[in-house]
Amino acid sequence: MNDKKLIIIGLLIFFGVCSSVCWYNWLSAAEKGAPEPLLSEKAKAAGYCVVPKDKMKAEHMKILDQWREHVVRTGKREYVIPETGRTFNMSLSTGEDSCMGCHSNKSEFCDRCHDYASVKPYCWDCHLEPKEKE
Amino acid sequence: MEKSRRSFLKIAGVAALGVGFTKPTLNAYASSVVGPHPQIGDKALSAHHWGMVIDTRKFHSEKDLEPIVEACHKAHNVPDFSDMPNATSAEKKRHEIKWIWGEPYHNAFTDKENHYQSHRIEHLSFPVLCNHCEEPPCVLACPTKATFRRDDGIVLMDFHRCIGCRFCMAACPYGSRSFNFVDPRRAENLKEETCPDFPTRMKGVVEKCNLCAERLAKGLQPACAEASKGAIAVGDLGDPHSNVRVLLEHNFSIRRKPSLGTEPSVYYIV
Repeated sequence: MNDKKLIIIGLLIFFGVCSSVCWYNWLSAAEKGAPEPLLSEKAKAAGYCVVPKDKMKAEHMKILDQWREHVVRTGKREYVIPETGRTFNMSLSTGEDSCMGCHSNKSEFCDRCHDYASVKPYCWDCHLEPKEKE
Repeated sequence: MEKSRRSFLKIAGVAALGVGFTKPTLNAYASSVVGPHPQIGDKALSAHHWGMVIDTRKFHSEKDLEPIVEACHKAHNVPDFSDMPNATSAEKKRHEIKWIWGEPYHNAFTDKENHYQSHRIEHLSFPVLCNHCEEPPCVLACPTKATFRRDDGIVLMDFHRCIGCRFCMAACPYGSRSFNFVDPRRAENLKEETCPDFPTRMKGVVEKCNLCAERLAKGLQPACAEASKGAIAVGDLGDPHSNVRVLLEHNFSIRRKPSLGTEPSVYYIV
């Protein structure tokens, strides 16, 4: 009945091993940090996107989905922002004013975060990625 | 507190008026504040009912069809498996993807076959494509609404939604639909060069002619019409003064398999 010490040490080791995954993640994240998407020269020069940056970060997939619905079903292919008078081509990969028309650096802009977050969007199974200059 | 019938009715009346007035007032306010929104572009061509008239008298041999097929297939990144290495001709045929192609008279117009036919008709290769039917059986068959008929008559596909069940292919009486049995990007022609204005498809997706909806939206004529040197006209069947209606008024025309009741929007002047 004097195994108290052993039991406590055993429990500590057990919980330590169980939570090691979390510790590893926290420590490595603190070391490297989440990657920031890099803007292309054109995107930097423009200085604005379809919606503010934070909203874009959180909701770009929803926006793309809504755009698809509008373009394919209703034929509405221009996104107008009355405040600035700007129009965008509601397309992921075709034309000057499309997403990739401005963000022509897919590997630095899209892939960095997607790889980090381990999401594998299947956009590029069909949509053609812009040719990146070496 | 006890409520009399009278006071209850008063309150109910006022509440009903309030509800009645609020909605239109809010709506009026909402329409005056317009945020970012999608719209149809200024250059976009529109129609009540898009249709096509093909003047087959302007086609003399299969050679006349080639540039048309090429223009269409190039514009839409249609894979070409005809030079697939180590494949039998049957395999090549199975993997064939076509949006517009040539078909002899007896295949294109199955219910109009006579014993004795003029020499020209007998040997002509008729350009065939999706008929953009008024009553499209493919739309009825599609379980995911990936194929649908737009208000302007174009039978369109949302490739994102296609699950590859191929019900539409079974339903289409014109064979206008092709299935991607292999990744289309494996085709030699797409490995070499792709048109940046249109995506490719992926393995497991059905595809067909979209009447160049993406070109019409930019104010351009469909690729086939542009390459046809006037043999193919695309316009508004709903407008009696449109180019296509004028052509149909002055020339005898036929449609493919009209007895099926699909009401094709593609007319052939023979």
